[in-house]
Amino acid sequence: MKLLTRLVNWGRSRSLWVLLINTGACNACDIEVIAALSPRYDVERFGVLLKGSPRHADVLLITGAVTRQVRDRLLRIYRQMPEPKYVVAVGTCAVSGGVYDRCYNVYKGVDEVLPVHAYVPGCPVKPEAVIEAISVLRRVIERGEFNGRGKGG
Amino acid sequence: MGVYIPVGPQHPIHPEAILLKLKVEGEQVVDADVDSSFVHRGIEKALEHKTWLQGLYLVERVCGICNVAHSTCYTLNVENLLGVEAPTRAQYLRLVVEELARIHSHMLWLGLLAHLIGFQSLFMLVFRDREKVLDLMEELTGNRITTAYNVVGGVRRDIDPALEHRVRSTLEELRGRVKRYRKLIEEDPSVRARTVNVGILERSEAEELHAVGPVARASGIKYDVRADDPYLVHDEVPFNVVTLETCDAWGRAMVRVEEVLESIDMIMYSLDHIPSGPIRKRVPPVFKVPPGEGIARVEAPRGELFHYAKSDGSERPYRYRMRTPTLANLAALVYMLRRGDRAVYVADVPVIFGSIDPCICCTARVFVLDERGSRVLNLEDLGRSRGR
Repeated sequence: MKLLTRLVNWGRSRSLWVLLINTGACNACDIEVIAALSPRYDVERFGVLLKGSPRHADVLLITGAVTRQVRDRLLRIYRQMPEPKYVVAVGTCAVSGGVYDRCYNVYKGVDEVLPVHAYVPGCPVKPEAVIEAISVLRRVIERGEFNGRGKGG
Repeated sequence: MGVYIPVGPQHPIHPEAILLKLKVEGEQVVDADVDSSFVHRGIEKALEHKTWLQGLYLVERVCGICNVAHSTCYTLNVENLLGVEAPTRAQYLRLVVEELARIHSHMLWLGLLAHLIGFQSLFMLVFRDREKVLDLMEELTGNRITTAYNVVGGVRRDIDPALEHRVRSTLEELRGRVKRYRKLIEEDPSVRARTVNVGILERSEAEELHAVGPVARASGIKYDVRADDPYLVHDEVPFNVVTLETCDAWGRAMVRVEEVLESIDMIMYSLDHIPSGPIRKRVPPVFKVPPGEGIARVEAPRGELFHYAKSDGSERPYRYRMRTPTLANLAALVYMLRRGDRAVYVADVPVIFGSIDPCICCTARVFVLDERGSRVLNLEDLGRSRGR
């Protein structure tokens, strides 16, 4: 890898701006992600900043199994994000559909809709798990890998 | 005249997907509508495929924040249908966990209000103190948020004297902090400037729109399921129903903060008066519920939560229905946004929206249209595809 590329990747991995979006979660993962931003866990020390607009965000934190109703909006938000972009599936239902397995209105996991770079299981996830996912994502970015797993995008 | 502004489904003021359609003229909102269908998952339908016990764990995941209220309501409902009553000690423990969940929910809301009005340091302080409640929840139930503490017939874990002591000392500490926040909301000019006389809902209007919970109580309606239709041991544990007559967002904040203090007192009283004895009546994992209908009502942190169950005598519910407090308050929200007699400014929309403590994942509702899109299908039409 060229020195310049490595420098850019290093820089990217240390200022992840995230956008939190609920695509059909029960709110428990959302409040745990917010708790990860609060003083006790404080992910801001890793350069993570919660943003309100997809146009400012590098990482999309998706909580919840994707409902049919929200799918198109999710894709639109994903397309609004600038490259390179990363997706983290937060919570068991974002990973696999989880407890909403037999609901008629949900997809079984975010990777049926978008490529995913990190999975965080747990119902709900713990703030520590969110921190772990962010540190995994940092290593992935430093290595210069961009392709997530799953369809779409 | 006027311009339509869509707020949502993705919007900085709320991570949940809800669409507020605002019609604005200049800075003023003249019309508003709500679309809360985005996170509809079809839980009521999915419950028909689960056994009564599996349903408990799905019901908890209707809403992550008021999951204790949902599971309390569900277990009370199923216990009524089965004719089983949880032991008294279990009922006290349920009350303790329910009130802890209320404290955590109200503190979460206070943090979000601070976030909405741009008071980030208050947001951080409140969230730091909220972690103490979550620690207690974790020690008592095994998980921070989705607790799975209630089971049909009782509760899962007992409380030991060492933990009881920790609950008491943490809550004493918390009481001092919450009193400080109460003083802050009462006196801080920036909080008052953003909330006083914002989102007015008069008493008569709240009655007419059937507002529930802190929204109704801040409009002077003394209505609380815990007092009016006691369900656990609420008739034995004394508490005050906090009401205010200010009818605005500031009043709703004050009601919630006062309720946190009431909840702390209720937990202390419960720990003093908790009887010894068993915590659980054993119910087999797969059981049949006698045919019949049942309802249960619980005061969730956001207001009255209502569950309806219909059993056809099998091990699965025939129909399960939930009416969540935010659904009841959405009508009030729309009214507050588009009332004609007072100016409602766009800048106040986040505070008004936040003041009802919206929980959209509870509330998501859809219409099912037939293929031509001309007719809304009802339950009987859907029943044809029920397959049982």
